[in-house]
Amino acid sequence: MDKVLSARFGKIKPDSIEEYIQAGGYEGLKKTMSMEHLDAIEEIKKANLFGRGGAAYPTGIKWEQAYAIQRGPKYMVCNADEGEPGTFKDKHILSEDPFELIEGMTIGAYIMGAKEGYIYIRGEYAAIQKIVKSAIENAKKAGYLGKNILGREGFDFELKVVSGAGAYVCGENTALVESIEGKTGRPRQKPPYIKNCGLYQMPTILNNVETYSCIPWIIKDGGEKFSSMGTEFSGGTKLMCLSGNVNNRGVYEIPFGTTLRELIFNLGGGMKDGRKLKFVHLGGSSGSCFPESMIDTKICYYDLKKAGFSLGSGAVLVVDDTHCAVDYLKTVMEFFEEESCGKCTPCREGNHRLVEILDKMTEGTATMADFNKMKSLAQTMKTTSFCGLGQSAPMPLITLVKYFEEEFLEHINGKCRAGVCSMSGKAGK
Amino acid sequence: MEKVKEILNRYGNSKDNLIQVMLELQNMSGTNSLPHEWVVFVAEALDMPVSRVYSVITFYSMFGTEPRGRYLVEVCKSGPCHVSGAKNVLQLLEEKLGLKPGETTEDEVFTLIQSSCFGACDIAPAIKIGEKVYGNLTSEKLSEIVDSYREGQHNG
Repeated sequence: MDKVLSARFGKIKPDSIEEYIQAGGYEGLKKTMSMEHLDAIEEIKKANLFGRGGAAYPTGIKWEQAYAIQRGPKYMVCNADEGEPGTFKDKHILSEDPFELIEGMTIGAYIMGAKEGYIYIRGEYAAIQKIVKSAIENAKKAGYLGKNILGREGFDFELKVVSGAGAYVCGENTALVESIEGKTGRPRQKPPYIKNCGLYQMPTILNNVETYSCIPWIIKDGGEKFSSMGTEFSGGTKLMCLSGNVNNRGVYEIPFGTTLRELIFNLGGGMKDGRKLKFVHLGGSSGSCFPESMIDTKICYYDLKKAGFSLGSGAVLVVDDTHCAVDYLKTVMEFFEEESCGKCTPCREGNHRLVEILDKMTEGTATMADFNKMKSLAQTMKTTSFCGLGQSAPMPLITLVKYFEEEFLEHINGKCRAGVCSMSGKAGK
Repeated sequence: MEKVKEILNRYGNSKDNLIQVMLELQNMSGTNSLPHEWVVFVAEALDMPVSRVYSVITFYSMFGTEPRGRYLVEVCKSGPCHVSGAKNVLQLLEEKLGLKPGETTEDEVFTLIQSSCFGACDIAPAIKIGEKVYGNLTSEKLSEIVDSYREGQHNG
């Protein structure tokens, strides 16, 4: 299979523009510069590329809409705030082939007429920020960024790295833009959408690292070819992040249409120590948890949606039967309690109360009333939270209750079948 | 304050760069934190209320307002590390350093904290010390790592 994103991983010096060009880099930008703007966008539409950050919005349509906006200046922004637990794919692009991202953003800047761009990289990736900064410097020296790019009069594009400082919510696009402006990263009211009114209240084209990194290949080899690598509903390939109790954890570039079973048992080498697969947590902490009986689902936006799941960021956390569903859920909800920005009540209070109830569950003091409260709180958060964080935080709860309700009921009766929970009877007493 | 001024100048004395300025200041503080005097100085230089600056730095988990150890030892507690034995790693570190999360060793070398996922799930359970990430941890490996910092084999 052709690799779109990981072909150069480990084969070139990440910040060497010479090696990137020798390995076929910047062909996409050169081709874009010989095309009409709308034709380039048409290629991206044909590619059937969906946003890889988790929201899965069609990129071609996003770019077409942004292109049509007359106001300016327009900004190019990259979301490299990879904070979704279990996700480490953007880290590989940023540290092993940052030029594919830089080229993708430069292509966008050419089409949109943007003069400035920002790559917002999470603070925890401080070491990787240095690699990306060095790549930007080298691109500038070689005339691929800065003024009159590739000798084209008036094609100017400056790219800057901005560091996050430890806030999961900044992965939300409007919160990210607030953070670039130096403020607390709390999400904004939508609409207006970021494409109309984003960074400094100007039209902003914001995509995930992996999304931008697909663009050079799409322009160079054609949208149809990209699309044909995947399924009818999901074009191209996807970087999947496999973690948990499997033998070969890591990032795998797979064509859409591969099943989760193939990923876990073929590429991932199956379960560690011959244990039994209990559940998969797909798409990061805000994704769904489901048992082995469902892992023959194809990795494809449409098939997963039909099964009631979302691909999210492409994180696949495999959990074996030595673990307790309730204890695991408590860990996940503690994450959201910690990371809620506090702006809206359902998320700020809801996550806190869910952790409280789960504490009681793991200590054997929860009642049926607690269980019912937990379920109704989850629905309230899903429907009334201000942004995606609070809306999706209860997803693991809703799905674990759906598939492992028996285990929750056992905890209410003072039993943990995995023998993980303390059942010490302390919480809530 | 000369150094603070220099960093502010390098970032164009711009409010937009507040987070970037504070990250650099914390890095050079030696205490992994932002002393109150610096916060006041920055607020004045950027013509912002001190409370506004605090609202920003206390929002982001990487900033400290109380002195911390030279090295922050961060133990990931998110799902992927949790199912790979993060609890054991925390326990071992608590024993080795004689600390509970949030505490600093008496010699001011280490502060132990629990953190959200930092993307080392393929080598879970993982910890982060400064900018360095260590994974696939065992008891022996943890001892070696902690000792190497005690012996001053790392800068910054």
